[in-house]
Amino acid sequence: MNMKSKAFRTNAVTYAIVIAFYLICHGLIMSGNMSSLMKGLMVPLCYYVILAVSLNLVVGISGELSLGHAGFMCIGAYSSAIFAVLVDGKMPELLELVLALIIGAGFGALFGFLIGIPVLRLRGDYLAIVTLAFGEIIKNVVNAVYLGIDENGLHFSMKDSLSLGLSENGDTIINGAQGISGLPRTANLTVGVVLVLITLFIVLNLIHSRQGRAIMAIRDNRIAAESVGLSVSKYKMMAFVISAALAGMAGVLYSHNLSALQATSKNFGYNQSIMILVFVVLGGIGNIRGSIIAAVILTVLPEKLRFLSDYRMLIYAIVLISLMLFNSAPKSIAWRKMMSERIRMKKEENRTGAAGDKDGSGEEA
Amino acid sequence: MSSFLSYLINGISLGSVYAIIALGYTMVYGIAKMLNFAHGDVIMVGGYTVFICTSMLGLPPVVGILAAVVICTVLGVLIERIAYKPLRGASSLSVLITAIGVSYFLQNAALLLFGADTKSFQSVISIPSITLMNGEVNVSGVTIATVVSCAVILIGLTTFINRTKTGQAMLAVSEDKGAATLMGINVNRTIAITFAIGSALAAIAGVLLCSAYPVLSSTTGAMPGIKAFTAAVFGGIGSIPGALIGGLVMGVIENLSKAYISSQLSDAIVFAVLIVVLLVKPTGLMGKQIQEKV
Repeated sequence: MNMKSKAFRTNAVTYAIVIAFYLICHGLIMSGNMSSLMKGLMVPLCYYVILAVSLNLVVGISGELSLGHAGFMCIGAYSSAIFAVLVDGKMPELLELVLALIIGAGFGALFGFLIGIPVLRLRGDYLAIVTLAFGEIIKNVVNAVYLGIDENGLHFSMKDSLSLGLSENGDTIINGAQGISGLPRTANLTVGVVLVLITLFIVLNLIHSRQGRAIMAIRDNRIAAESVGLSVSKYKMMAFVISAALAGMAGVLYSHNLSALQATSKNFGYNQSIMILVFVVLGGIGNIRGSIIAAVILTVLPEKLRFLSDYRMLIYAIVLISLMLFNSAPKSIAWRKMMSERIRMKKEENRTGAAGDKDGSGEEA
Repeated sequence: MSSFLSYLINGISLGSVYAIIALGYTMVYGIAKMLNFAHGDVIMVGGYTVFICTSMLGLPPVVGILAAVVICTVLGVLIERIAYKPLRGASSLSVLITAIGVSYFLQNAALLLFGADTKSFQSVISIPSITLMNGEVNVSGVTIATVVSCAVILIGLTTFINRTKTGQAMLAVSEDKGAATLMGINVNRTIAITFAIGSALAAIAGVLLCSAYPVLSSTTGAMPGIKAFTAAVFGGIGSIPGALIGGLVMGVIENLSKAYISSQLSDAIVFAVLIVVLLVKPTGLMGKQIQEKV
């Protein structure tokens, strides 16, 4: 009972942080006190938070190193963008967005399941490299796909837009590496924050549920968990699919924040997956609130450091290395322990010293 | 037929470069159990060093190649010393992120020093090309140099590991660090030597890669690095013959699929082959199966 209320309180703080952040940003936008640069960052902040939290579910809670998270984001972005172009102007914006989110998350989950079947059989670094490979495959295949529509239905080709064989009133939807254009830009801060809250609700509830405990038990000791009757593949798959669905949702937010969508190595390549992994590791593996804070800081900081121009990413790299060394080097951990011990001792000394003084003064009187 | 042969030869040439890079990856992984994401960027440093020496300073190619090997070796040891050594005993994920940090650092340092525009690299290999099958198949000098250096490196490395004390120490450390320490092996020194050899190989790979594909930018090493890493995993990470086979197979598949299927999908096909192989043999072609105990 006590445990439960404690978990509830921690979760409430996490939700409160997100809502407070939203209110502050919304207030700043409404009163016109936010720079256009920051305004443009609002939706990216939301999808990076969703990506970081969902990746933390796989890396932190399920304990599998995935380097292909951006691939699921790509799936979500493309599936929802195709849908958006197909129904453009035929339904209200909000309905379109909600349906797009469902489609993006659904396709993310589907691909998460399909990729999870082979991937989750592997362990450790092999799993990492195969997820990276899948992420790159998704990006490359999406870049080679041509899709068009005319009165005869959808046309598909892997060669070029001419071989689609469209009739005169036909439209190309995906134009190979040029991607999808003419998208509705319906994403905004409110939608983003609602999605962040939904993500948090799903992930936090999963962690504190029976299934979540099973997932963590498998992470801590697979063989022991298996021997008490937990189905390893089922629970690992559960974490992987949910994470992929949430990443797909982040992709929907991404595609609805742009008027033209392209898959480049910058947005859907392994570099992006690694970036999200950096959020998760710096925020604390398995710590959901940490992921949120790290994602926000590490997205805003490089933008705020623009005045350093070319030195920006160099400094980012140095900060990253120093943080990792400070945080996880065994020597640094030992040193920090020693320092905190010393401070504690000093406090104790002061307290006993003060108590002794009191006694002394008592004797005098 | 002749076009197939020339694609195949080009594939073997590219595969040899991958194999040289993969050797560095696989040795470092075998001994330090870490994915050294910065390995690909050491290739780029090697490429730039040769570029400066030959194109800007006008030095002879041999000096450039030697300088690249020396600078990359020193760089590799420095990276290990500053970034990885303090993290020995930390979780593998923290080491991975640190390696990514090092990779960002090298890429952006190169970006600052040499600018964002790509440099055209003058090939430093002056071996004449030869023609086979009555002039139908042309084998370029770079290809010959690449395949020969790959063979020499492989033979040299195998002899080094099997015949010298240091090589045996490397094997021992990769088997069991604790036991190796008890036998009087200096683990830190052995790991540093491994990084030095791996980085020297990366420098040679950089020279060969830039001679075959003559463009140089701060991200030149990233994709070959990832692919060589894939090759190392494909062959069974930690295994030296595995790295060679993995590299060659990757290079040939990449070139043939570029020629016959689609140049855009060639990377996807390479990665798909990796996935299929890992599904059949989860530790790669020549990797060791490790029994798990409670």
